[in-house]
Amino acid sequence: MNFVVPDFYPAAAEIFVAVMALVIMLASTFARSIARGLAYFLTQATLIAAAFITIYTMQGEVTYTFSNLFVSDLMGDFLKLMIYFSMAVALLYGRGYLADRNIDKPEYYLLALLMTLGMMVMVTANHMLPLYIGLEMMSLALYTMVAFDRDSARSTEAAMKYFVLGALASGLLLYGMSMVYGATGTLEFEGIAQSVYQQVANETVLMFGLVFLVAGISFKLGVVPFHMWVPDVYQGAPTAVTLVIATAPKLAAFAMAVRLLIWGLFDLAEHWQTMLMFVAVGSIVLGNLAAIAQQNMKRMLAYSGISHMGFVVLGLLAGVVNGDGHFALNAYSSAMFYAVAYVIMSLASFGMIILLSRVGFEAENIDDFKGLNKRSPWFALMMMFVMFSMAGIPFFIGFFAKLSVLQAVVAAGYFWLAVVAVVMSVIGAFYYLRVVKVMYFDAPDDISPIQAPAELRVLLSANGLAIAALGLAPQMLMSLCAYALLASR
Amino acid sequence: MEFKTFVFYFLAVIMVFAALRVITVRNPVHAALFLVLTFFNAGGIWLLLQAEFLAITLVMVYVGAVMVLFLFVVMMLDINLDRIREGFWSYLPVGALVGVLILIEMVMVLGGRYFGLDAMPTPPAAQEGYSNTRELGRVLYTDFVYPFELASLVLLVAMIAAVALTLRKRKGVKYVNPADQVAVRREGRVELVKMSAEKE
Repeated sequence: MNFVVPDFYPAAAEIFVAVMALVIMLASTFARSIARGLAYFLTQATLIAAAFITIYTMQGEVTYTFSNLFVSDLMGDFLKLMIYFSMAVALLYGRGYLADRNIDKPEYYLLALLMTLGMMVMVTANHMLPLYIGLEMMSLALYTMVAFDRDSARSTEAAMKYFVLGALASGLLLYGMSMVYGATGTLEFEGIAQSVYQQVANETVLMFGLVFLVAGISFKLGVVPFHMWVPDVYQGAPTAVTLVIATAPKLAAFAMAVRLLIWGLFDLAEHWQTMLMFVAVGSIVLGNLAAIAQQNMKRMLAYSGISHMGFVVLGLLAGVVNGDGHFALNAYSSAMFYAVAYVIMSLASFGMIILLSRVGFEAENIDDFKGLNKRSPWFALMMMFVMFSMAGIPFFIGFFAKLSVLQAVVAAGYFWLAVVAVVMSVIGAFYYLRVVKVMYFDAPDDISPIQAPAELRVLLSANGLAIAALGLAPQMLMSLCAYALLASR
Repeated sequence: MEFKTFVFYFLAVIMVFAALRVITVRNPVHAALFLVLTFFNAGGIWLLLQAEFLAITLVMVYVGAVMVLFLFVVMMLDINLDRIREGFWSYLPVGALVGVLILIEMVMVLGGRYFGLDAMPTPPAAQEGYSNTRELGRVLYTDFVYPFELASLVLLVAMIAAVALTLRKRKGVKYVNPADQVAVRREGRVELVKMSAEKE
């Protein structure tokens, strides 16, 4: 019975967010009259303070605590900072939208904060147990947020679909974890890696578990063949919630893939790379082709999100060639860079939909963007930046994200994969450019000026400009990703 | 056959049968009751594995609390069976194909070859006076305190979610707060007005 009290220092940000969630819950219960504004401001303040704590407690080396259940490394810290950032931006964009529809209850912000905590736990997990619990915390909060507009039949349906499919995916993931446990006798990633490396674990059982793990990860990333929920949920959820689903959880899912597959099962890379190859090709082909047929902007962005996640997977599968892990760092950092770039673009694209929406009107059809140039040349320009960047037109951040992933894929020798990805991106450029065409060359149906709060306008402009600016100087973010990954292994 | 083996097969056969009935039986209330039977048998098998605390918890928590609540919900809801069964036959071929494939794979992997006694030898028997409950309690509050606390937060999320999605304040409902009613005093209802007597 020699138990040493764990070192709480590396987990300071997680503890802070958990405590603040409880404080916000109590505060909004006792201060009912100002609860809405209070919960919002406290949540934003918590996210900002958590970012400072994460930066302050950042350690150069990898630190374990809570009996090795928790790991603090630079990759985790970097992804956590990105998660705070995207959650804060998403909540700011969504605030006016939620207030217009009278669903900006304090519980919404509370769930958003607990969801952030779930993602932080996923990102810093060094063991299957916290990874799974973090995942459930994130998902449960998300299901609820999708259903938050209770009077809308569409959002209830979307929440139901998301919940049932999400529960199924969690089941698959758990089953895979139990198989890996059965084969290796441990749930800790390091221990699993050791056991696989020394070949004490039975490979057939491991492979069986691996299939389920890949299925679970694919669902959370929203890639083919586990993509069915993505369009329906994106379209059905209130746009402010879609904005949340399409951003930070993708980073958490990326971290989950890295921890499970690369930290834990690196020696099985050849097997999971083959599986991911099908996933990536399927996502890029289906995402781009299906997006062409969409008239609904949210649905189109959902399919485009599937293809973007296909690119992230493409980066993940290019790490090991013939047992040589030489390109691994390059490939994984390109995937991480892609995920971060996608989050920044995704924030701006759904932010534009929120900008054009108003009480009783959702600007969710592509036709609603008609003649945006006449209504607001500035935001038409911003939307053009976003669309160009998503299409991968130089010199926006999306171009460099695609370029670095493709470089990694070619370096790994999968030339045909790169060709498929490029061809599909060119086809995909059609539907992005269609939005630009509609904005600049069609006459507007609706010439009412854009009504949006000042903070949304300012931040959305900054977001659009950031896409352009990061495209001019992508090196910094890229090397940050590479450095974070390098220092974590 | 050893007695323990007999007990195991007895419990296992009932459990598989009950689990199958959960998904095949028509009446949802019966399905819930079969699930209770499944839990009881699973608890029995855990007892055989000397995991007595988990077995008792399973019966107490799942049978005693969760399933009873579930039964209430099922009985309260008016479930239209015909609507649920709509499309059953059109989905059956694909579903059956996937199900059978997974079943074959599971049998191949989970059969005796990889999880038999030679692959996974029997763990050494616990020493005298070993307490499962005590050990669980020990690791739960020391080594696994981090996931333990997180699990409590997951439950908090579920609670907030349930309240946020179901609590509705309706307008125009003539509801009177009983506490207010009880607290009513004479002064609040009756007003004595002094007026001079009228003369005819």
